[in-house]
Amino acid sequence: MAATLVEKIFSQKCGRSVRAGEVVMAPVDLAMVHDITGPLAVQKFREMGGTRVFDPGKIVLLFDHQVPADSISAANNHVFLRKFAIEQEIPNLDLREGICHQVVMERGRAGPGEIIVGADSHTCMYGAAGAFATGIGSTDMGFVLKFGALYFRVPETIRIVATGTFPPRVGPKDLILEITGRLGADGATYQALEFTGSTFQTMDMPGRMTCCNMAVEMGAKAGIVPPDRVTGEYLAGRRDTSLVSLSSDPGARFAQEYSFNAEDLTPRVAVPHNVDQVVDVSRVAGTPIDQVFIGSCTNGRFEDLKEAADVLGNRSFHPSVRVIVIPASRTEYLKALRAGIIEKFVSAGALVEAPCCGPCMGGAFGLLAPGEVSLSTSNRNFRGRQGSTEASVYLCSPATAAASAINGQITDPREV
Amino acid sequence: MRVWKFGDNIDTDAIIPGRYLVIYDPRTLAAHAFEGTRDEFAESAREGDIIVAGRNFGCGSSREHAPLALLGAGVRVVIARSFARIFYRNAINVGILPLVCRDAPSIEDGSAIAVHLRDGYIESGGKKLPIEPVPAFLQEIIDAGGLVEYAKKLERVETCTGSQS
Ligand code: SF4
Repeated sequence: MAATLVEKIFSQKCGRSVRAGEVVMAPVDLAMVHDITGPLAVQKFREMGGTRVFDPGKIVLLFDHQVPADSISAANNHVFLRKFAIEQEIPNLDLREGICHQVVMERGRAGPGEIIVGADSHTCMYGAAGAFATGIGSTDMGFVLKFGALYFRVPETIRIVATGTFPPRVGPKDLILEITGRLGADGATYQALEFTGSTFQTMDMPGRMTCCNMAVEMGAKAGIVPPDRVTGEYLAGRRDTSLVSLSSDPGARFAQEYSFNAEDLTPRVAVPHNVDQVVDVSRVAGTPIDQVFIGSCTNGRFEDLKEAADVLGNRSFHPSVRVIVIPASRTEYLKALRAGIIEKFVSAGALVEAPCCGPCMGGAFGLLAPGEVSLSTSNRNFRGRQGSTEASVYLCSPATAAASAINGQITDPREV
Repeated sequence: MRVWKFGDNIDTDAIIPGRYLVIYDPRTLAAHAFEGTRDEFAESAREGDIIVAGRNFGCGSSREHAPLALLGAGVRVVIARSFARIFYRNAINVGILPLVCRDAPSIEDGSAIAVHLRDGYIESGGKKLPIEPVPAFLQEIIDAGGLVEYAKKLERVETCTGSQS
């Protein structure tokens, strides 16, 4: 019987045919834990009677949400997790590499056909590598640390088909915002999103990561791009690529199918306070802004920084705007540095910070005061996400963020 | 025991803001539950109070701090028209019962309701509102007293065994 890509991944892992709707205790290939959700996961692992983790090599522990530690409690959590990593002989402990999802991807720790869990909702980003990857809570992670497996209800798949090439200054972030607006914040709850069509097939890996990253904003359990040549080229040199070409069978059953045309797309903005409140940039153009954040696991890669720098050119950012730029990882930071992009940002007046989650997590630095307005390339504009519950966050692409930072107000990147 | 009524898309940042994620103790977290969103909740929620919400309750982050904060405030049951996936599992794992009830929006804020779990309905304002059964594999975890208790009894798990949800 014809199977979806996600059904195939579970079937391959289990050595038998597994269908959507089935609940399976599936083995996991990788478990990712970070500094916010980690301490509780370790505590639960111990409460469950855990003494040795299932496989130290299949665990990645990283610090990114509060790096460098911004409080004594945060520093304590880091110490606690470091001790755990040493005690359990977990080799993959990263103290300073960058945002968890970016680091997992660039180290080649996610691959096609794998089942990956992370104690972070945006773990779905690894779908860009063709993995079935999903976010879980700390107690579930405690269970995984002990047993190396977890109950999964194999999800139905919603197929997203996008065709055509993007017009200038329009890209993957605009597309995924458009998709989120159409499906809604709970449009894919308990389901997987499969991204196909010529737009995704020709999209580079950073763009695919941006799109898969936001699958959870529609409630999806996973977002996945069928692994292909682009995936293979990205993974080559990062991991063993006995590439696994995987895709849904013709005739596979999808819960729903949506079509999008990239050619007609214009810059999109998600307005406060829901990710699915998506409008054309012209609807909010002219809105004064206090802060612009270019970064996060959604849009903090070299390509994103370059897109923003291209829009910026040799101009300066508006003097009344705090522009915070945070590369997603040390590797991406170095690439941008060597390409002269960081110098451009600093000259233009930006505050460039070391790789971490920054204002995106709303607990470290870059917080907003009541009444302030932020424009952000991250993935969530919930009330209070970046500080005061009386502040407003708009989401957009790096191009729109840069154009707006120049003008001090939301601006169409095609008009600067 | 009263109902605290909320709308659609109540996200985990609203339930517990990011700046409190360094805390793991339910009672301490509870002091900041819905801070800036509905401040009177932390002040006056009592043991046994029930949260009632619309669609997509608990969307957003995987932070287990969200159900823990509710637990610390005394909440044992959350009733919603629908739940976000990660919150739903986290709730069960920490010992909160998430109940799906299509008629949840008809329940009034501040009202008293009775949950008849075994018979599968909620009594609200003289009406019986049906609740959806919890999926069988999760019911097993609830019956064990949560995932920690369930896991304690296991030496190892058998992978790829399955059942229909
Ligand atoms: S950058 Fe934001 S969304 Fe990504 S992992 Fe960090 S806090 Fe979460």
